[in-house]
Amino acid sequence: MAETIDRELTMSRAMVEAIATEMRENDEVFYMGEDVADYGGIFDSTEGLREEFGYDRVMDVPISETAYLGAAVGAAQEGMRPIAELMFVDFFGVAMDQIYNQMAKNTYMSGGNVSVPMVLTAAVGGTYNDAAQHSQTLYGTFSHLPGMKIVVPSTAYEAKGLMHNAIRDDDPVMYMFHKRLMGIGWMPAPDGPKTPVPETDYAIPFGSADVKREGEDVTIVTLGLHVHRALEAAESLAADGVDAEVIDLRSLVPLDTETVVASVEKTGNLVVVDEDYQSYGVTGEIIASVAEESLGALDSVERLALPDVPIPYARPLENEVIPDAADIETAAKRTQ
Amino acid sequence: MDMVTARHYEERLQEEYLEGKQPAFDISAGPIPGELHLAAGHEASGAGVCQHLREGDTVTAPHRPHHVAIAKGVDLKRMTAEIFGRETGLGKGKGGHMHLFDPDVHFACSGIIAQGCPPAAGAGLAAKKRNSDSVAVAFLGEGAIEQGGFLESLNFAAVHNLPVVFVIEDNDWAISMPKERVTDVENGSQRAGGFDMPGVRVDHDDAVAVYEAAGDAIGRARDRNGPTLLEVQVHRRMGHFMGDPQTYRPDEDQEAAAARDSIERLTEDLRAAGLDDATLEELRSDAHERVEEAIEWAKEQPEPEPEAAHEDMWVNPPSGVTDTEPEFDLAGGEE
Repeated sequence: MAETIDRELTMSRAMVEAIATEMRENDEVFYMGEDVADYGGIFDSTEGLREEFGYDRVMDVPISETAYLGAAVGAAQEGMRPIAELMFVDFFGVAMDQIYNQMAKNTYMSGGNVSVPMVLTAAVGGTYNDAAQHSQTLYGTFSHLPGMKIVVPSTAYEAKGLMHNAIRDDDPVMYMFHKRLMGIGWMPAPDGPKTPVPETDYAIPFGSADVKREGEDVTIVTLGLHVHRALEAAESLAADGVDAEVIDLRSLVPLDTETVVASVEKTGNLVVVDEDYQSYGVTGEIIASVAEESLGALDSVERLALPDVPIPYARPLENEVIPDAADIETAAKRTQ
Repeated sequence: MDMVTARHYEERLQEEYLEGKQPAFDISAGPIPGELHLAAGHEASGAGVCQHLREGDTVTAPHRPHHVAIAKGVDLKRMTAEIFGRETGLGKGKGGHMHLFDPDVHFACSGIIAQGCPPAAGAGLAAKKRNSDSVAVAFLGEGAIEQGGFLESLNFAAVHNLPVVFVIEDNDWAISMPKERVTDVENGSQRAGGFDMPGVRVDHDDAVAVYEAAGDAIGRARDRNGPTLLEVQVHRRMGHFMGDPQTYRPDEDQEAAAARDSIERLTEDLRAAGLDDATLEELRSDAHERVEEAIEWAKEQPEPEPEAAHEDMWVNPPSGVTDTEPEFDLAGGEE
């Protein structure tokens, strides 16, 4: 009999709870980032940690992403378990070498003799008019490059379980948390990410997609913020007699193709929804993976992603490019 | 000994490398494929610094790493096997000569200019957090001192008072670019002034002078007095990489480099200190023997099976530390 959980947390509280638990249990876990100590993380990713663990273990760092992400790589290679934060994933441009040439490749290039047990956390996503340099998810960019496990929680429950696994894993894990889901006072979250969260610690395996809603007529595959937009669309679709299944990928590397294919074999129709750029990205990868495994099962395919333009600032422009629930509903109906 | 080993190693690798690349140079042909950046002329730096290091001290080296690896005590046979692309190499043939990793002696490389500096700072950070007296040393070329990764690391190490020594090996050339065309400072060690740390330059590739300067820097780090920037004048006796025609480099400069020999200098110093020729010859022949043994062993090693290209992506399973979804009844539910 599974334990019944009724304590609800925001996504940021759940993420912090996992980090705090791991820090209590293991002195070698520490957090580094810009404005993570006194501020508690611009997006509440470290709220309260400095008060409990002090400045040595919750380290504010210079605005030198190459230096501190690289220092995390070096400390991890010495066996510590650093968590380093990119305040916005968009800032990867000034530090990418340490991410994709060092963190992601040293295990492979050493023939498995070197492990890099670090977590790279990064705030992702738009919907709040922060424009082209502060609104991207870049899911596809990082997932394309081999050597990093990529996880994207969509709820508080996932945020905690995925973080426990990320910190304990001996491989580098990139943990991409969507700003809109965190439950920050000044950026109201939609209904959905605040969920019951067990007080005990638990790890959610990577590469295990979660069927967030079961349905018979169309499979909607998505992640992050768009899990909630897809669920909202599914309610509208149900009112119109279309029974949608919503799959939350939860991790992009590894990718749970099996769950997606099984769903498409049931529904025959596939809609992939992504908050990253369309070309060469997540939507194409999911569709190709399903086609390779089970081409005959596909009656129709739709994809929704950002058109290949930088994310614009003004509200009507940003709303135009980021898929919303109505867009998902329309795409799903086109498959019927 | 390490210096003679390193010099002979590079000369022998050069011979092995060029085999199969005659008469037309084909970079991927022969027993050693790919680029090869040899460090002949750099020996005083690697040996002079690493003499002070213990097994638990960390070293990161750049794309020209062999002399540093030898001085740090990296397993020479497995390193050579890696360079020959063999299954028993340090990285099972997946890394090659610019990406040598020997965690047993805390040695790592990066083929990207200056990008070994941040991980070295991280190793220093780990030592500080663990309250151990280990230190970290990052080796880089003088062409790296304009890189953000180097400058950010100096600041990071300084502001956190980390036990790190940054060693600039100044061989005057960044491939074809002489240093005076890319920086206005006369010496790389002057960069230290911007970060409130000592900047020391050893102006000639004299192993004893390097040893003394490095002793101060590493002692300072071990005593928790913070980072030091150390610069060593070395020289490049060969091209940037094997096959480099060096048409950009005046003949006089090449001749001057060939005439300046830190090994000859040290030999004279040792003679003056009373070491007899027989002992010196024995050192030399032991070093040569060690190199020959390593090369012979490496060439006998099997090439990796092609399927092995798919292995070693992860240390743990892809799913992480668990493959089982936990079971909870989330009342009020996420669904």
